[in-house]
Amino acid sequence: MNKTWNNKAWFMVLPVLLLVALSAVIPLMTVVNYSVQDTFGNNQFFWAGTEWFQEMLTSDRFWAAMGRNLMFSAIVLAIEIPLGIVIALNMPKSGWGVPVCLVSMALPLLIPWNVVGTIWQVFGRVDIGLLGYSLRQIGIDYNYVNDPFDAWVTVIGMDVWHWTSLVVLLCYAGLVSIPDAYYQAAKIDGASRWAVFRYIQLPKMNRVLLIAVLLRFMDSFMIYTEPFVVTGGGPGNATTFLSIDLVKMAVGQFDIGPAAAMSIIYFLIILLMSWVFYTVMTNYDAER
Amino acid sequence: MARIDLDHIRHAYGARTQKPAQYALKEVHHTFEDGGAYALLGPSGCGKTTLLNIISGLVQSSEGRILFNGRDVTPLSTQERNIAQVFQFPVIYDTMTVYDNLAFPLRNRGVAEREVDRTVREILAMIDLESWTNRKARGLTADQKQKISLGRGLVRADVNAILFDEPLTVIDPHMKWVLRSQLKQLHKRFGYTMVYVTHDQTEALTFADQVVVMFEGEIVQIGTPAELFARPEHTFVGYFIGSPGMNVLPVTLEGGTARIGTNEIQLHTAPTQAPNGTIELGIRPEFVRIGREGMPATVTKVEDVGRHRIVRAKVEGHEVAAILGEDDEIPAEPRMIFDPAGINLYADNWRVETAR
Repeated sequence: MNKTWNNKAWFMVLPVLLLVALSAVIPLMTVVNYSVQDTFGNNQFFWAGTEWFQEMLTSDRFWAAMGRNLMFSAIVLAIEIPLGIVIALNMPKSGWGVPVCLVSMALPLLIPWNVVGTIWQVFGRVDIGLLGYSLRQIGIDYNYVNDPFDAWVTVIGMDVWHWTSLVVLLCYAGLVSIPDAYYQAAKIDGASRWAVFRYIQLPKMNRVLLIAVLLRFMDSFMIYTEPFVVTGGGPGNATTFLSIDLVKMAVGQFDIGPAAAMSIIYFLIILLMSWVFYTVMTNYDAER
Repeated sequence: MARIDLDHIRHAYGARTQKPAQYALKEVHHTFEDGGAYALLGPSGCGKTTLLNIISGLVQSSEGRILFNGRDVTPLSTQERNIAQVFQFPVIYDTMTVYDNLAFPLRNRGVAEREVDRTVREILAMIDLESWTNRKARGLTADQKQKISLGRGLVRADVNAILFDEPLTVIDPHMKWVLRSQLKQLHKRFGYTMVYVTHDQTEALTFADQVVVMFEGEIVQIGTPAELFARPEHTFVGYFIGSPGMNVLPVTLEGGTARIGTNEIQLHTAPTQAPNGTIELGIRPEFVRIGREGMPATVTKVEDVGRHRIVRAKVEGHEVAAILGEDDEIPAEPRMIFDPAGINLYADNWRVETAR
């Protein structure tokens, strides 16, 4: 077979190569570069090898932040996924209620993240905030500035308020794609409400739920802006997540080497966890 | 099994209305006898699926009552009515195995597991899916999925009736034939009351003892296949049943003679009373003879369909189809005769009674 060899064709991929290089490869390599070197300022760098990685992986500070992150993601997923499904199941399928529900669901998603943080920061304040003040008035000792538990409740409440809508919208899209005939057949077969959910609705939502879990896990694991605005990582280190710690280290203390090592570990963990979720859920899907 | 009485059923989707045109079903008053095999035949949108859903309780009719064996079931839910229904497109529970799919309607009603097993295996044998018993229902072809839907409809022995909503649409022609004869056998064996919705006349005529022809939300005729063929009560039945459908020509009537333009057609008998409205003459292509006598005709097209030929001709400017044997010849100046035995008269689309 005669193929025409024309190496000029490679120029066609140049734009995308440039884009990917500038947006992903170069920044990532810069971080890799920092993670194996030490600096004392003046743009002087010294080879440090795996020293920063070792330091990170053996530091209590890193593992404590990591633990908080995992706990936060677990709680957020455990609340938002079931709650999202329940809300989606109860949304109207037709009529004027549909646009009303969809718009009110979409609203929290449209608010910039730092504004969400500001809203809750004010909302929870015990002196002027509606939530904080009301809780105080009914005799609950609530103060997210001093109490680690209250700070967690506030941060989780904020995330649930902000992101449950995403799960709802995804599930709703899955639900409305189910043809009426399925519900009719279920009625004929005498299926209970639970059986309809278990054998018709849940299987049809399977794919969108996979997307919802992946998105919510990644986003919650990388959370930064909202808790930073509300609690600034406090009280103490109670709500200092990996990303907040990372910024403290890199920008606050200018420890570029350890921060870079931490970024890489952080990145690898997110990659790994996403891969695990994806594999588990798609395998489960294929088995059936 | 039950006798099903439809007592002046009318149905309009959406808001209640006084305009007859907005009714999907305009007054249906009919009885499906216990153990009968009925076909509801009609074009898309004529209200046959609506009628079926009203019987099963998936749709509540705007007016009228439904009785099973004389008991009013109008306010009862689908579950309480104990009806089996098979839909046009396969509905399967794809996380379950084929076996569990068939067992589902029984288990939901708390049937003992031994009884479930016996019935399910019997149905599996009947729909020829025994080798798939423990497979997940997900990977099946459309044919197999529809067989499962069908099987789920047949698995309960105590249902009041089995309703089929064009169940064989997605199934390939050979399998269609096999399944249809199995349904027929089942009917003979167990005497289920079966109502079968279809727009395919062959399916309706081969399946049912009684064919109910619907048109624009009304039942226009109920009868055996032979009656529908020989004496269509409405011009629509004439068009819809038969291939090609009945020829309908405008005529003027003078006692026992019908006129098409200058041509006179002698009728067997005169109408019992002079009809009003638009008078038409209906004759099936099977009763049109082409030869050297009768009304002059111009042949526009001859279609050879294998066993016979369909001749499309014009008489006084009106289209007339005729069926001609494979070897019959068409003369150079063809003329047409209508066999008086096959002539029906219509006034405003409804058949005029003649003394026979």
